[in-house]
Amino acid sequence: MSNSIPEIEDAPFLLCVGTNMTECHPIIAVRVKKALRKGARLFTIDPREVPLARMAERHLQIRIGTDTFLFNAMARVIIEEGLVDEEFVATRTEGIEELARHVEAFTLEEAEKVTGIPAELIREAAVGYASAERAGIYYTLGVTEHICGVGNVQSLCNLALLTGNLGKRSAGINPLRGQNNIQGAGDVGALPNNYPGFQPVTAAECQEKFEAAWGCSLDPELGITKLKALDWAIDGTMKGMWICGENTLVTDPDVHHTRHALESLDFLIVQDMFLTDTARMADVVFPAAAFTEVDGFFTNSDRRVQRLRRAATPPGEARPDWWIIAEVAKRVGTPVNFDYPDAEAVFDELCELSPIYHGLSYERIDKGELHWPVPTKDHPGTPFLHEGEFLRGRGKLQCVDFKPPAEIPDDEYPWFLTTGRRLATYHTNTMTGRAEGVSVLAPNEWLEMHPSDADELELRGNDWVKVRSRRGEVLTRVKVTRVSPPGTMFMSFAFPEHTPTNFITNPEADPITETPELKVAVIHVEKAEAPDLSDYDPVFQIASRNGH
Amino acid sequence: MIRPPVITIDGVETTFTPGETVLEVTKRLGVAEVPHLCWDERLDPAGSCRLCIVEVEGRRTPGASCTLRAEDGMVIRTASDKLRRMQGHLVQMVLSENPAEVSPRNADVGPTELQQLATDFGVSRDRFLGRESNRSKDDGNPLLLRDYDHCISCYRCVRICDEVEADHAITMTGRGFAKEIATPFDRGLLDSTCTLCGQCVYTCPTGALADKKMVGAAERGAPAAEQKVTRSICPYCGTGCSIDLHSKVDADGTETVIGVTPALDGPVNEGALCIKGQFGFDFVNSGDRLRKPMIRKDGELTEVEWDEALDYTAQRLRSIRDDHGPKAFYSIASGRAPGEGGYMLQKFQRAVMGSNFIDNCSRA
Repeated sequence: MSNSIPEIEDAPFLLCVGTNMTECHPIIAVRVKKALRKGARLFTIDPREVPLARMAERHLQIRIGTDTFLFNAMARVIIEEGLVDEEFVATRTEGIEELARHVEAFTLEEAEKVTGIPAELIREAAVGYASAERAGIYYTLGVTEHICGVGNVQSLCNLALLTGNLGKRSAGINPLRGQNNIQGAGDVGALPNNYPGFQPVTAAECQEKFEAAWGCSLDPELGITKLKALDWAIDGTMKGMWICGENTLVTDPDVHHTRHALESLDFLIVQDMFLTDTARMADVVFPAAAFTEVDGFFTNSDRRVQRLRRAATPPGEARPDWWIIAEVAKRVGTPVNFDYPDAEAVFDELCELSPIYHGLSYERIDKGELHWPVPTKDHPGTPFLHEGEFLRGRGKLQCVDFKPPAEIPDDEYPWFLTTGRRLATYHTNTMTGRAEGVSVLAPNEWLEMHPSDADELELRGNDWVKVRSRRGEVLTRVKVTRVSPPGTMFMSFAFPEHTPTNFITNPEADPITETPELKVAVIHVEKAEAPDLSDYDPVFQIASRNGH
Repeated sequence: MIRPPVITIDGVETTFTPGETVLEVTKRLGVAEVPHLCWDERLDPAGSCRLCIVEVEGRRTPGASCTLRAEDGMVIRTASDKLRRMQGHLVQMVLSENPAEVSPRNADVGPTELQQLATDFGVSRDRFLGRESNRSKDDGNPLLLRDYDHCISCYRCVRICDEVEADHAITMTGRGFAKEIATPFDRGLLDSTCTLCGQCVYTCPTGALADKKMVGAAERGAPAAEQKVTRSICPYCGTGCSIDLHSKVDADGTETVIGVTPALDGPVNEGALCIKGQFGFDFVNSGDRLRKPMIRKDGELTEVEWDEALDYTAQRLRSIRDDHGPKAFYSIASGRAPGEGGYMLQKFQRAVMGSNFIDNCSRA
């Protein structure tokens, strides 16, 4: 997030895109609700009429996968109606002429045809956003999990650049991260292109810095992404893999492909709290301590580095992640130091080497007040980024072409399927599925569909259906709801034991980030006999709930 | 130059922002402890309990400081014998409409605000005994205990549900002794718009609402006074809410997390939590947690000692690296585990295996 979460409540205008915030980030949504109480205007953009949309002044119910077209059309309105922040654009951006020419073709009339949103509503959103003194954009995976995810983000960023909504309080461009420490995982250098602190592995000075610090030579070549690594496993060049705290088999699109990849490995290490379906395929399983059982840090969506503290005894011989990895490293044999007395020593080394964490220590993050970058020991942290200057100097306005989803409904697969989380079932349910009582709000999977689609398919609530895509099929129950627009249905992936949704999602990915298009697949739906659940062989064991 | 407005509280002069209440200024100043029951810093003031009364120079009667706006030149006294007598009476009246039994929450998470006030003022419920208001209506949901015998109609639950969560699941009905906290059509919370976030429980000052995961913790051997409370961060989405973990400590030193309470001073959430953060913690206590390392032997994953698992792993990694080079092994760090593990894994992949073949789970 370019701006911090508490700033949300003082934003006079909020544009929330592809985010089911009240279910997936409920406490960020609390800030949005506070902003509304202070008189903020809220516009939402989503194919589904998610609960947040009902709080909005206007909801732009977009046809799935047409985001870039909408954002380009909004940029055109902003330019055409003279709502550009001329000074900001002149001093801090580049490419305005090219963009103006590029968006010429994205007229409101065309946009209405492509996105399904009334032209006047698109105009109203663009004018409202551009006219506000400060306006924040908040988005989640509804924007990024597309084959054109990067293009979606870039064309969305254009709106902030055109209107000068970056580098100031209660504005910015704010992706809400879906997992507690996904920001932190990138920060510490668990990326194929960056050392800790986003220092490129291809930059000679960074390589030298880490070679000097660790006392070894390092590979100057970019690594590959996880999705590519799985492909390499299938073609035999990848021999081994170490998976920490991820249920790869269940979370990745196209389970058959993932299973084939993991089976092709000579050696698989899985480090987890539970014997997940991925762990069942491993050659070595390491028992990891839980967040309650270790000292450490999480970095949240708004770059706030916060402390967790040991409050419980790990079961059996479970150990902290860092300890397990350091022990293996030492036994493989290396001149590089892997002796750490405790988690704090690991954190100190990270801070020493990472410019954005350089001013941090366990003492300084004790109360969680600091957002990175914190370059020095007396730096007060950075609640919002890009004040005065962007990282690359000037912000580049990007000319992005519209690219429709990889799959479009046809006679055989007439419906769109989109996926996401629900409030009480988090991700693959490994955690929520083992928390007593929480499942009461969502005890099983549903295929959510609009009443008109249910009528057409002659289905009623709780009927069983077979949902088929080009990659596979799953069984689930029906939920009839106006949250889903006609033609687009919804499922989560939280009940893989009976409904492994990622059997049917599309692994086609954005060519730059390699993030798969989990938000769009096309499906065939037909009524099915209710399976005998007592005699139903679970597809996955994952949330066996045998803990209780 | 325009002089900023000034107020004097217990002899201390201070400036204030127009719109601030006397209670807010008093709290900010830190000069006095003003008692209150219906007040919660996250909520609009309701002014219904009247416990936060203060004396205002030049006015005949005391006023509730939570709804009294600070005015330029105001002189406030927060403590006097008269005020204390009045406040004691108010606490006695509130106590009198509740049953004698103390709410179980007093044992599980420490004295409730009401219990604490009764102790502070040295008063009991006996003086104004009469009818008891409200009635219990627990509804069988698995997380929130509703025990309205202990309700004092401060409406903090209703207000937090409206003002903070905007779920609007509960409301008040009736008048006087007949007033109640109700759900639509008087059905269970699960039939309402309730999201089971637990905010009502932890703003409730009396224990009329309680956390079913915590209730009984005292009986199971972890009374409030013996619980260890540790500040931590919620393990779910990327918001980063602060939580307080409550652990019980066994005689052999084993610590187990038994509950979560929201952290009012958490910089992100300021006390707000959702169902996952409030009630989703106990996966850590699940009986199927992995307890020992395992190695696949004859096709079966078999528990082994750490030394065996680590040595075997190291030997396999050495042979992959030596036979197939640095680009035949890949590491995936967790986006959920603490950052120290991610740092260690990328250092291992880069410095020991020799390539940048590392990623985390952010792409899918």
